[in-house]
Amino acid sequence: MSDSKPSPCIEIHAVDKIFGSEASGYRALDNVSLTIKDKEFFTLLGPSGCGKTTLLRMLAGFETPTRGDIYLHGRNVVELPPRARRVNMVFQNYALFPHLTVAQNIAFGLEMLDWKKPQIGERVAKMLSLVRLEEFSARKPAQLSGGQQQRVALARALAPQPEVLLLDEPLSALDLKLRKEMQSELKRLQRETGITFILVTHDQEEALAMSDRLAVMSGGRVLQAGTPEEIYSRPASRFVADFIGEANIIPGEALGRSGTLAIRPEHITLGAGTPARLRGAVREITFLGADTLFEIAVPHGTEILKIRARLRGRAPDVEVDGHVWLHWPDEVEWGVDG
Amino acid sequence: MKKKPFAWQHNPGFGTFTWAVMAFLYIPLAVLFVYSFNANRQVTVWSHFSFKWFAVVAQDANIRLCAYNSIIVAVAATAISVAIAIPAALALERGPGFKGRALSVGLITMPLVVPEIVTAIATLIFFSTIGMANGLLNLIIAHTVFCIPFALLPIQARLQALGGGFEDAARDLYGTEWRIFRRITVPLLMPGIISGAVLAFVISLDDFLISFMVSSSGSTTLPVYVYGMMRLGVTPEVNAISTILLVASAALAALAFVFTRPPGSEAPAKTTN
Ligand SMILES: Nc1ncnc2c1ncn2[C@@H]1O[C@H](COP(=O)(O)OP(=O)(O)O)[C@@H](O)[C@H]1O
Ligand SMILES: [Mg+2]
Repeated sequence: MSDSKPSPCIEIHAVDKIFGSEASGYRALDNVSLTIKDKEFFTLLGPSGCGKTTLLRMLAGFETPTRGDIYLHGRNVVELPPRARRVNMVFQNYALFPHLTVAQNIAFGLEMLDWKKPQIGERVAKMLSLVRLEEFSARKPAQLSGGQQQRVALARALAPQPEVLLLDEPLSALDLKLRKEMQSELKRLQRETGITFILVTHDQEEALAMSDRLAVMSGGRVLQAGTPEEIYSRPASRFVADFIGEANIIPGEALGRSGTLAIRPEHITLGAGTPARLRGAVREITFLGADTLFEIAVPHGTEILKIRARLRGRAPDVEVDGHVWLHWPDEVEWGVDG
Repeated sequence: MKKKPFAWQHNPGFGTFTWAVMAFLYIPLAVLFVYSFNANRQVTVWSHFSFKWFAVVAQDANIRLCAYNSIIVAVAATAISVAIAIPAALALERGPGFKGRALSVGLITMPLVVPEIVTAIATLIFFSTIGMANGLLNLIIAHTVFCIPFALLPIQARLQALGGGFEDAARDLYGTEWRIFRRITVPLLMPGIISGAVLAFVISLDDFLISFMVSSSGSTTLPVYVYGMMRLGVTPEVNAISTILLVASAALAALAFVFTRPPGSEAPAKTTN
């Protein structure tokens, strides 16, 4: 750290987590290293079972790493219990206390921190208005809709002014319309509170739409971390390319080169006449409203490559079984490992 | 033709059989109940409706002493067994998995399957071997032992159904273990605690065999006293006492039912602060 920047919000350093014994246990996290900046909206993205919740629970203090260290604003926290970390969590099923009212739920953390009664009242009122639930303060969680329960869980976790807010798949239980609403609600809350948010999701669209930066995980490892643009346009591996959006994987020999390259369907243009990079037969044309999707079979030695091209606006003058040339500019393709 | 799956309730005679079982179960109870309001000293001959025998029972010094003993023993055994069952259930459900957990559960719930006569004799031998003959205290200890599994099972089941999520959330919100226990665990556990307590209380109140072995002359419980009265034949007083025991047990069971409705319709006790 040669420059004068303050220590990052969270630094995860070479963390392993093995459930069970070292020899025969299950390796849920494998050499995970990440840096998360202050006031960042950071997302852990990956398929189910890849270790996202385990990593989040480790930040909250519910799991200890088998190896490695976690720093919160420069302080190593691996030995600290949850109550000694200024980190709060929105649990996947919310875990609202069913015997307490909305206001009592929100006040709980403040009472545990021994805030004075008037300050608690003030803070609860502020939180209720932040999540727009003023009229519901006296209700029990069971009397609220799923979206309202979610907002109570957010208010309860934000009330103690944590340094970091952890959210474990907070939107997965909501229906599509509510999910979109809550996405912008979460962004607004993060802007207004200036707290670092770490969100866990398996939904790549959600991750791309909401994050300042994200990490793509698979099998307990972080495959790539970066801004949504970086990860979308330059995925480091075939897995990331496939998991974030869609990618055509083309062996280099088909183009007279070595290696393997990947290209997004929307970056391919089709032409009937002028020779271009590849030539194939159109197998299927699907009209998708604004876009049209072409499935093209390109012969490559004894195999046939299936390539998908997604064209915006009016489709070129090609028909099923017709032959087309495929073209794309150099800068949109990238090399991937095998 | 497709054959319908076999269904018991469509079997001829099933209804009759059900009613027969119900009759065997409840007609004797109903007869006892009705005849406890019979004014006649001959228990089998109905004369007219009266609360007379309840008054007689209520004024009998011996019966009052025994009822008093029964209640002291039941209250104490319930309180102690619940106080033991709560930490036991927490250790089993929330504690780290330990070797011998299954064995512990087995040992704690053993009194449910050990023939009561065996427990009764063993308890008697135990107390006489250590030379302890402290009337009510002996009874309380003996009752506590067989009440523990009845108190434990509903509490453990409730803990299991709740899962650890609420306690984790409270830990995340800066709670210490003791404050979490008081503010979150106990209130959420209350339906289990109440039904465990009611079960333990009723089991203790109704116990005959162990009380019979353990009790001494000054510490007789009501069922043991009733048994003594029965040797002179069934009297109206016996009917009246039985009806009181029956109504008390049924009322407590109803109370437990009200407090242990499935989650959602529940109204656990409010936390205080
Ligand atoms: N307490 C535990 N004991 C054993 N295995 C666990 C435990 N917690 C999680 N795992 C395993 O670790 C893997 C990662 O789990 P998790 O972090 O919940 O994944 P995700 O949240 O990405 O779906 C899963 O295979 C899961 O079965
Ligand atoms: Mg998860």
